[in-house]
Amino acid sequence: MMVSLTARRLPRFAPLAIGAGAVAVAAGLSFGLGLGGPVMTGILAALLFVAALFGTAWRVEGSRAARNRVASALIYGAFVLAVIPLVSVMFTVVDKGWARLDGTFFGTSMNNISAFDAHGGAYHAIIGTLEQVGIAVLITVPLGILGAVYIVEYGRGKLASWIRFFVDVMTGIPSIVAGLFILAFWVMVVSPMFSADGAPTLSGFAASLALSVLMLPTVVRSTEEMLRLVPNELREGSYALGIPKWKTITKIVLPTAGPGIVTGVMLAIARAAGETAPVMLVAGVNSAIAFNPFESQSSLSYYVFDQATDSSKYAEPRAWAGALTLVAIVLTLTVVAKLLARRSKLSR
Amino acid sequence: MTSSTTTKPAAGAMLPRRRRFGAETIFRWLTTGAGTAVLVIIVAIATFLIAEAVPALRDNKENFFTYKEWFTGPADRKFGIAALAFGTVLSATIALLLAVPVALGIALFLSHYAPRRISTTLGFLIDLLAAVPSIVFGLWGRDYLVDPVKDLSAWLNEYMGWLPLFGGDGPFGKSVLLGSIVLAIMVLPIITSLSREVFMQTPKANEEAALALGATKWEMIRTSVLPYGRPGIIAAVLLGLGRALGETIALAMTLGTTFVISFNLVETGGNSIAANIANKFGEADDFGRGALIASGLVLFTITLIVNMTARAIVYRRREFR
Amino acid sequence: MAKRIEASGVTAYYGAFKAIDSVSMTIEPKSVTALIGPSGCGKSTFLRSINRMHEVLPGARVEGRLTVDHQDIYERDVDVTAVRRMIGMVFQRPNPFPTMSIFDNVVAGLRLNGVRGKAALEEAAEKALRGANLWNEVKDRLKKPGGGLSGGQQQRLCIARTIAVEPQIVLMDEPCSALDPISTLAIEDLISQLKDKYTIVIVTHNMQQAARVSDRTAFFSIEKTGDPGRLVEYDDTQKIFTNPAERKTEDYITGRFG
Repeated sequence: MMVSLTARRLPRFAPLAIGAGAVAVAAGLSFGLGLGGPVMTGILAALLFVAALFGTAWRVEGSRAARNRVASALIYGAFVLAVIPLVSVMFTVVDKGWARLDGTFFGTSMNNISAFDAHGGAYHAIIGTLEQVGIAVLITVPLGILGAVYIVEYGRGKLASWIRFFVDVMTGIPSIVAGLFILAFWVMVVSPMFSADGAPTLSGFAASLALSVLMLPTVVRSTEEMLRLVPNELREGSYALGIPKWKTITKIVLPTAGPGIVTGVMLAIARAAGETAPVMLVAGVNSAIAFNPFESQSSLSYYVFDQATDSSKYAEPRAWAGALTLVAIVLTLTVVAKLLARRSKLSR
Repeated sequence: MTSSTTTKPAAGAMLPRRRRFGAETIFRWLTTGAGTAVLVIIVAIATFLIAEAVPALRDNKENFFTYKEWFTGPADRKFGIAALAFGTVLSATIALLLAVPVALGIALFLSHYAPRRISTTLGFLIDLLAAVPSIVFGLWGRDYLVDPVKDLSAWLNEYMGWLPLFGGDGPFGKSVLLGSIVLAIMVLPIITSLSREVFMQTPKANEEAALALGATKWEMIRTSVLPYGRPGIIAAVLLGLGRALGETIALAMTLGTTFVISFNLVETGGNSIAANIANKFGEADDFGRGALIASGLVLFTITLIVNMTARAIVYRRREFR
Repeated sequence: MAKRIEASGVTAYYGAFKAIDSVSMTIEPKSVTALIGPSGCGKSTFLRSINRMHEVLPGARVEGRLTVDHQDIYERDVDVTAVRRMIGMVFQRPNPFPTMSIFDNVVAGLRLNGVRGKAALEEAAEKALRGANLWNEVKDRLKKPGGGLSGGQQQRLCIARTIAVEPQIVLMDEPCSALDPISTLAIEDLISQLKDKYTIVIVTHNMQQAARVSDRTAFFSIEKTGDPGRLVEYDDTQKIFTNPAERKTEDYITGRFG
């Protein structure tokens, strides 16, 4: 028997034709028989398309090719399916957030704003977010970088591998647990020692501590990865000049890994800025402008939650404007961080 | 040849001695301290949560592990984790069932189907979506996803109501289904981005070996890409699970806040440990806070186990390389 | 003021694996000594033992005695950084610091060892770059990144960086293996000039190179994979390449082995 090197193939327009047919049949069934609306049509069309594609491909091209076609269809389909909600989220945030994105929003707080007032803003919340995240950065960056230096440059044996393991595990601690921890530790045990009346104090600083717990593993992890990318030849080149190890690390290794470390820190900031739960538990609620982080403060993400659960009809536009601002801040940070990472000289 | 040398060279020719408490030693201790801080924090979390939870647990009038409701007012001090823990696991499981196949599909699309330039850009966008705060997803889910899901629930109830999952008589709205779909959308970018990285690392030699045997693209993926990536996929899924179990705000805004153990996905209902903390915290007194901290301790333990399993899998794989 | 190196019974380990066994040899000042031998024979390990770079790798350690002008560099309490300042090293692959300019690379060692003052640094940089035959090529772009140079220029930059700290001994670990023939020639020329001031020890895979640049040659070998490397023969280069005493050396040099 002669082996043929050419196989029968479906014409190139076949998938498209099958798709069009599937949509038509699905629309007919959904609307004609009253099974459902446009959503139903979409689901039905997808099922019909896969079944029909498989059937025709099987008959013309054989079973292996048919499976290959269905797999491709499902893989492309997965992508389209995921794009719909994600695009919808982004569109909605911009569309709804735009309405209240005005000077008042960025210039005033919610102090003395009643349910019947249309204005009111998020100035106090933005201040809170900036201060809380800023303090958290001051805490986590030195600690995180030194920790990563330990893991990569000094750590040997059991202790180092335990630390490595628990840094990874700590990355997965839920933000609400970090909030509860700071509540149980700082607010209930430590803060009464500092307050005049011995009562627990909720404060922006407590929120910073909770955010630090969340940021620390991210900073350690990304710094660690960057330090590992620094070629060993550089360290040896420096040692061979008689430069002590600690100077090699601070003057050669860390600057080389610098851009990558900055990227990691920015990604950690982006995540921390979006956290609502810990702020809700330990920052206290303050609708007025408060610059002192040792008093109760709000934050942008908590502001969104607060306004979204408020029954006033003016609250919802404020919530969306806050969400848009938050998304803008977080995405800007992320984009800049990723672009910086691309420019970095170190690469995998 | 070295007969003239003694163990101690002449004083003038001595090499400088090492300093015992020099900058090097100080720096090493500094870094060791910073590294150890991580372990200290983990231990401190467990310690302080236990310390604050014990008084509330002692005064609890019901069994913490089997009781379903949550009353912490002065009159009625009884609370239990049963319904909350069940709800947490249920919504996270449904979310993963929805998200994992789609996420793996997108990851394969990005690693092996889309043209290189498009795939880099789309991969970048997926990473961006992983950064969108959960409050935004929660708000969107509560205001915009609720109606389509209500329709879907009604439809499922009408045609597949014989399944306990979709049974009941309504009303439909804030339900486990809604919460799970929002969760699924949130963990999707995380699982996608991790598994995409794993798929892209498949050795070219393995893929070419499969193709050289005459495999179709899908067969190549099944014989080389998926087996190679299996530990990575498992780890990505478990990390997504950890994230879903701990999600707070999005679920507080989309679940129906009931305290029952039920597999019904479509009727108003559903709850989770984290969402319950967010919902009850405002009205809680000292006792109530202790009770919520006790529930947080349970959540901490669950996520710790999930994450440690995920990491153990990743680490074991690393040894094979 | 170049210095004499005396090794007696130097044995080096990677964890449990013994890489070289009891190497004893004396390296004369102001000479070029080549270490040759098949892959895995321990010649690089021995080289790295001379400036205590071997112990940088986890689990690596050295036994025996290694003295430089009668000072034991492995004695307890000796400051490792001082040893390395005295004994410079050039690596197989050029490794300029990527975040630094050409100038900063050359003076990196001086700066990190505490030398300040612009004039002093500039003078030292010019001297080192001239010493490395690189000055004329880079004098107009000292502020440009070192990574922008060609491979051969980068390697000479690394040599400049090494001699800028004014060591007494320069170790070279296959310095030309990543370079093209013309750059290799430039480095070989440089080595012959440097021996007027420094004691030079060079590891090379290239026997012509050993014959061209060195005064004395040490041949290292191993019995079989997994065995430690041993010093087989050490003599004047002339003699090693024309009339070696050991059969093994002859086999290796004539290409019958290795």
